[in-house]
Amino acid sequence: MTERLPVRKTYKLFVDGAFPRSESGRTYPILAADGSTLAWAVRASRKDLRDAVRAARGAQPKWASSTAYLRGQVLYRVAEMMEGRAAQLADELAATGAAGATAEVDAAIDRWVWYAGWADKIAHVAGTVNAVAGPYFDFTVPEPVGVVGIVTPDEPALLGFASLVAPAVCAGNAVVVLASETNPLVVMTLAEILATSDLPAGVVNILTGSKAELGPWLAGHGDVDTIDLTGAPADVGVEMERLAADDVKRVVRPLGSAPDWQDGAQSPWAVTASMELKTVWHPKGA
Amino acid sequence: MTSRREVERQGAFSVEYAPAPESTAIVSLAPRYDLYIGGRWVAPRSGAYLPSVNPATEDVLCEVAHAGDDDVDAAVAAARDAWPAWAALPGKERAKYVYRIARQLQERSREFAVLETLDGGKPIKESRDVDVPLAAAHFFYYAGWADKLEYALPGARVHPLGVAGQVIPWNFPLLMAAWKLAPALATGNVCVLKPAETTPLTALLLARVCEEAGLPPGVVNVVTGGPATGAAVVAHPGVDKVAFTGSTTVGKAIQKVVAGTGKKVTLELGGKAANVIFEDAALDQAVEGIVNGIFFNQGHVCCAGSRLLVQESVADVVLDKLKARLTTLRVGDPLDKNTDLGAINSEAQLGRIQQLYDAGVAEGAEPYQPECALPDRGYWFRPTVFTNVSQSHRIAREEIFGPVLSVLTFRTPEEAVAKANNTPYGLSAGVWTEKGSKILWMADRLRAGVVWANTFNRFDPASPFGGFQESGFGREGGAAGLLPYLKVEKIPA
Repeated sequence: MTERLPVRKTYKLFVDGAFPRSESGRTYPILAADGSTLAWAVRASRKDLRDAVRAARGAQPKWASSTAYLRGQVLYRVAEMMEGRAAQLADELAATGAAGATAEVDAAIDRWVWYAGWADKIAHVAGTVNAVAGPYFDFTVPEPVGVVGIVTPDEPALLGFASLVAPAVCAGNAVVVLASETNPLVVMTLAEILATSDLPAGVVNILTGSKAELGPWLAGHGDVDTIDLTGAPADVGVEMERLAADDVKRVVRPLGSAPDWQDGAQSPWAVTASMELKTVWHPKGA
Repeated sequence: MTSRREVERQGAFSVEYAPAPESTAIVSLAPRYDLYIGGRWVAPRSGAYLPSVNPATEDVLCEVAHAGDDDVDAAVAAARDAWPAWAALPGKERAKYVYRIARQLQERSREFAVLETLDGGKPIKESRDVDVPLAAAHFFYYAGWADKLEYALPGARVHPLGVAGQVIPWNFPLLMAAWKLAPALATGNVCVLKPAETTPLTALLLARVCEEAGLPPGVVNVVTGGPATGAAVVAHPGVDKVAFTGSTTVGKAIQKVVAGTGKKVTLELGGKAANVIFEDAALDQAVEGIVNGIFFNQGHVCCAGSRLLVQESVADVVLDKLKARLTTLRVGDPLDKNTDLGAINSEAQLGRIQQLYDAGVAEGAEPYQPECALPDRGYWFRPTVFTNVSQSHRIAREEIFGPVLSVLTFRTPEEAVAKANNTPYGLSAGVWTEKGSKILWMADRLRAGVVWANTFNRFDPASPFGGFQESGFGREGGAAGLLPYLKVEKIPA
């Protein structure tokens, strides 16, 4: 009797709720810890990036205008589904040699739950009623900036993704994410979870490929409002920051050379980093 | 509708006020001012001085040092020396210094107001009633934060950044200095302030106030000069934080220069605010809001309501009322207490306004200006309303920074939102309607950092101010105004 041959997975991009290949037809190999080829990932092109930004821009207004309660539930649902596929996520992390794969998956799920709960609370800590010197009702509320481009770190591939993407989405933004270059496999499995959760298509878009190539295109795109450089190689980050000045993009810089993903990455200020404050005045009078 | 001026011409009655000039005796100007560095007044190593001109008379008021790279170096070094002790000072002690500055501003408010008007050309009633009181209030507000910073951001421990390089514009010279210095000092930072080339005098007087307040040497340094001086401050490697208020063009250049340096940046840039008038607004109040929105400070306001969006059904009546109101505006001597529009800040700015006015005419928009006599000397521009404006006209897209209003119309609230947001800017917006739900609906959708509903151009130190999109980032005012000057560290669980 012959042994059953496993069915291997073709990894693709995640854009507007669908899983397209790159229009460029380019791929690159993902290596196991022993140097053997695990799979071929898509090397996204500039056209793929533009498609992803267009999808994000299209999806963002509706996502932002859905209630914070609903956004919280949708994000919580993602965590529930991650829990169900925890073993697969851990296997894919371990396959590229990530240490502590199971612990990383657990932490990523917990992080997702933590941010899910912020959706309807962030206005409590970032919003204010302002005691102005006059007969006015004056208040300030945080609003999503719009489309956020996020460069996630190569390591930890999954926890880094969760720590940067969950707060931006929780805030009501739509995102275009550059996945870990060395292990996009686990990230694309998370994309399958996002695709079948209740997250509307286009709210999260994920590209795989070369950060050095995609990063500057992302930073130079006129329809991206904020870029998060946390996972960008230093030289790429500087170039991206320079390009961001062309249309006064908001730039989130890495906190330090080696962020503490276990605890330090979890903060309400990570949510407000992709939000604007809007102040509204109205006179009081009979 | 018969304007008041027409009635007057017919001899029915006269509403001309007798001249009511504010005395300038309270201001004593030296012929020449040096730089304030390390607590001392030092001649610029550059050896260069620039004239400061009264734009209402074209007279040179005095000469002011033109700081070069060496001078900026010296100022940053003085600030850096002063920083450790200033940052280590208990918050309650820092607070008392800042309170002293606030009090001195109040005590010398008349002097500051007259000097501001002499140097910048704004009406004395605005410098007296808006600029100076708000500047004092700003110091007073942030003084109180200095010993309460642990409550500013829940779950975070905060630290000052170091040396703040602050470059400010000429439209609200003292107020912008206050917006920059007050939060920086309260949070334990030290400052190198670069006032605008055409309006350095109140910042220099403010340096005197800091001196008299006993502020430790080097905590506040003032380097006067031109654009190159500002560029040197921004690019200096000893500067940890850059705060800029000014044009979007310069703001982009600053963001580019600072990229990769790790300096924290906040930018408060240009605007092209929509002021939206619905048919169910209180129209007479709205007309006052339109006038305030565009003619306050000669329209030299980044958040000016320079695009009037009026609902088609009331466009004619609103425009008639607006034109009638324009005939009653008094343009002229800024020191006269009845003046509504003072002088344009500089010859260069007058040229820019004239150029965009000409572009508006050339593109087919129709200007309206009330008849009014202008003084023989000085820089002046009549209040102007352009009708027949389309969204693609330069006067509907570019910041004019002068007393020029562009009028567009709309039919539905959705169209108003689309037109209001059709700009790369996003600093402010106005909404006029008596319907509360419509105000909140609009406030949700307008892409602007400040939305004034049934009011316009209100400012307060407790109220965060700042832009969306290409109007910049970071907030000034409120607890949010502390953040640009702080390093935030998470308190470990």
